[in-house]
Amino acid sequence: MAADTLTSSEYIRHHLTNLTYGQLPDGSWGFAHDMAQAKEMGFWSINVDTMFWSILMGVLFLYFFKKVADSVTTGIPDGMQNFAEWIVEFIDDNVHASFTGRNAMVAPLALTLFCWIFLMNLMDLLPVDLIPSLARLLGIPFMKVVSTTDPNATFGMAIGVFVLVFYYSIKIKGVGGFVGELTLQPFSSDNPLVKVAFIPVNLALELVSLVAKPLSHSLRLFGNMYAGEMIFILIAIMYSAGAVTGVFGGLLQLGWAIFHILIITLQAFIFMVLTIVYLDMAHNEH
Amino acid sequence: MNINLTLIGQLLSFVVFVWFTMKFVWTPIMGALEERSKGIADGLAAAEQGKHERELAKDRVKEVLHDAKAQAGDIVAQAKKRAAEIVDEAKTDAHGEGERLLTAARAEIEQETNRAREQLRGKVAELAIIGAEKILHKEINAAAHQEIVDSLAKEI
Repeated sequence: MAADTLTSSEYIRHHLTNLTYGQLPDGSWGFAHDMAQAKEMGFWSINVDTMFWSILMGVLFLYFFKKVADSVTTGIPDGMQNFAEWIVEFIDDNVHASFTGRNAMVAPLALTLFCWIFLMNLMDLLPVDLIPSLARLLGIPFMKVVSTTDPNATFGMAIGVFVLVFYYSIKIKGVGGFVGELTLQPFSSDNPLVKVAFIPVNLALELVSLVAKPLSHSLRLFGNMYAGEMIFILIAIMYSAGAVTGVFGGLLQLGWAIFHILIITLQAFIFMVLTIVYLDMAHNEH
Repeated sequence: MNINLTLIGQLLSFVVFVWFTMKFVWTPIMGALEERSKGIADGLAAAEQGKHERELAKDRVKEVLHDAKAQAGDIVAQAKKRAAEIVDEAKTDAHGEGERLLTAARAEIEQETNRAREQLRGKVAELAIIGAEKILHKEINAAAHQEIVDSLAKEI
């Protein structure tokens, strides 16, 4: 029993380990052999699987849309163009509903985020062992196929959005306006002295909410996908625990996968909408 | 689960993807969508215009038809008038012709009558002479009694 538990925890640990390339303890460069070693590599290492799958998904998305854009017709659209137009119009409607400013970048940004995140999340629906097993046949020890279960990916996007929010806040409102927004609200007074006294309080509050934005933005996506992936892994463990449990696990996996179709779409959608809303706030006084 | 260089890699690929979408995907697709919606709007406007023009044409057809009807009525009326005139003329002509024929016939009848009368007169004179010859049983000189016979013939 003890051995079995160890195997299970090892199995889970294995599935949660990225293929990390960095400097090994002996000074040479290579892939980390386990989670602890990957941690030791510190910042100057890279999760090759996350990079590979996310870029593959991004390229897939761009390939499809570029193909449509190249053969785009104003006449009767074919099936592929119909599908692309459906997505584009869906994104455009959402941008128009939430974004009141004028910025040609927001809608393409939203489209990229939605499709990219959706595709990365979609990898979650593949059986958890499928690609890692194939990778092991090729001699690759670790393979995490769902890029959004790597906080690096979600933080990467959230920080990108955060930088844009920062940039547009200062561009639209000016440095003074932006700083004023951080220091002169929510507490304000007509008495100048009291107003000055409120500044540190306001700054503390606003800084928290400012930093909370990219944090919640990225952790929401990461958390949902990580938890979903975890449940898939746990269900997958049931397959090794006898026929009855295995069949039960199969049903569970089917149910969870169907439910997960909703989650992956919803999380991609939420990330996109929040991006639009944050950028809208950056464009407007509030 | 640890934050490392992947973060920067993801950030960079994110930026590149967004730039690519903006430049090569969104603009052409959105352009096509807008162009199509403009085309549809134009088509609808053209249909509206066509409808309006058809309405106008209908009115115009009505007008032309009305004019044509009026003209046709005029022509028919004129034709009727002319026909009546022709009939009248024919009547007058026929009447004149009849009159002329009647006069000619009358003259002929008169002539015939006169001729018959002359013939009858001659015959009567002959008969009178034959009668007188028979009565007198003797030869009578026709020449000597011509005067009497003529006077008799005139009395018939």
